[in-house]
Amino acid sequence: MTKIKTQSLHKRHSELAQANRQLEILSNGIFRDGELPTFAEKITETGQFPLRPKKLEVLQINVGYMCNQVCEHCHVDAGPDRKEIMTWETMEQCLEVIRNTGAHTLDLTGGAPEMNPNFRRFVDEASKAGIQDFIVRSNLTIIRANKKYHDLPRFFKEHNVHVVSSMPHWTKGKTDKQRGDGVFDASIEALKMLNDVGYGLPDSDLRLDLVYNPSGAFLPGDQASMEKDFKKALMEDFGIQFHNLFAITNLPISRFLDYLIASDNYEDYMYQLVDAYNPSAVANVMCTNTISVSWDGWLYDCDFNQMLELKVDNKIQHIKDYNESLLNNRNIVISQHCFGCTAGAGSSCQGSVT
Amino acid sequence: MSYYDPKDLRKFGDITEWSEELGTKYFDYYGKVFEDGALTAREKSLIALAVSHTEQCPYCIDAYTKDSLQRGVTKEEMMEAIHVGAAIRSGATLVHGVMMMNKVNKLDG
Repeated sequence: MTKIKTQSLHKRHSELAQANRQLEILSNGIFRDGELPTFAEKITETGQFPLRPKKLEVLQINVGYMCNQVCEHCHVDAGPDRKEIMTWETMEQCLEVIRNTGAHTLDLTGGAPEMNPNFRRFVDEASKAGIQDFIVRSNLTIIRANKKYHDLPRFFKEHNVHVVSSMPHWTKGKTDKQRGDGVFDASIEALKMLNDVGYGLPDSDLRLDLVYNPSGAFLPGDQASMEKDFKKALMEDFGIQFHNLFAITNLPISRFLDYLIASDNYEDYMYQLVDAYNPSAVANVMCTNTISVSWDGWLYDCDFNQMLELKVDNKIQHIKDYNESLLNNRNIVISQHCFGCTAGAGSSCQGSVT
Repeated sequence: MSYYDPKDLRKFGDITEWSEELGTKYFDYYGKVFEDGALTAREKSLIALAVSHTEQCPYCIDAYTKDSLQRGVTKEEMMEAIHVGAAIRSGATLVHGVMMMNKVNKLDG
C-alpha cells in the first residue's frame, strides 16, 4: 500500500495554491531588483523574443487533477482531494480535435488520468483517430491501487498506448521521499506487470519510457548517463526493462515552488536555472510544438502555463472553438518559470531538448 | 560574518577577469577533467566530493554535493566516499606513528 505523503496546496489553503501569487513571486525579488534578468530579457539578448510556435506536433490533454498520490514536487498540485475532472462533453470536443489535428502525438496527463471515470471510453475513441504516438502518463502506482486498475497494462496494450511513467530514482529511499511511502515497491510491481505484457522490452513496439525528475533543489544530470544507470540498476535489482529515460527539470511553480521557499532554496535554484540558460534549448522548448488542454477545455502553451492559469495569447482560447492555423499565429506566454525548460540540455515532457 | 560567503561560489568564473589567459586555461582544463573518460563523470564527481572534504573546501563541498545529487548519487554512496577520504587522511597521520616509533627505538630502545 502506498501512503499519502502530504496534502495538496489547495487542501492546505496555502496562498501558493493561487496562480497569481506564484506569478507575483516569480516576478518580484531577484527579478525585480535586476539581480537576475527576466526570461523576456534573456531571450531578447539571444534574439529569440517573442517566442513563437512552430508546427504543432503534440496535443497534450489534462483529463483531471485528481491523483492517488500527493508527490512532494507536483507542478499540478494534484491529489485525491482535487475534484477538477474533465467531463465527457469536453472529451467529445477534444475527440473532434483529435480526429482533425495535424499533431502526430496525443499526450494524456493528469493527476492520474486513469481516475477520470470516462478515461477508458476516451482512450477507446481517441485510439481510432490513428494518431502516430498515443501517450498516457501513468504514475504506475495507480495500476496497483485498486483491483479495477489491475488490467490497465492489458488495456494499454490493446490500444497501442505509449506508456510514460515517473520514476524519480532506482532506489526505494529517494523514490518514497519524493512520492510517498510504498510508492517505490508499488511502482516496481507495476513495471513488472507492464513488462509481462510486453511493454519496455528491447524489440517491443509497446513503448515504455520513464521520467526522472530530481528529488530536490538541483538540476537533472545528463539524460543519457542517467538512463544507463537506471537501466543497469532496474535490470540487476528487479529484472525490469524500459526504453528511454526522460530527464525533466522541476519548474519553480506550485508545490515545488512551495518547497523551494520553505527550504530556503528559491534564490539559489533560480540562479542555477538562469546560469544554465541555453539558447539552443530555447529553440526547441515544448511550447513551440505543443498545445495543452485543461480539464475544462481551456488552451495553454504548456502544462506549466496551464497550472499558472496563463491561457494562450490568441482569440481562440477554448477547445470548443479550436482552430489550429489561427492558434499557430500567437506569441507564447512566458514568465520566469520558463527558465526551467531552457536550463542545460533543456527540459520538456519528452525530456532533454538539445 | 564568515570569511566564506556561499554566494562567492557563483563568482568563481570572475577570476579570469584579472588573468584571462591563465583563468581560461584553468577552466578549460577543469571542464576536460570532469568529462566522461576512463572514469565516468559520476565516478569523478564522487572522487571530487571526497577530496573536497579532505581539502575542507566549503565551496567544493557545496558544489560536489549538488553535482553528486544531479548524477543520481545516493547519500549512502556520498558518505562512503567521504569515509575513503577520511581513512586516507587519518591513515596519513597514523602512518607517521612509525616515525615516532623509530625515533623512540633509536633514542630509548
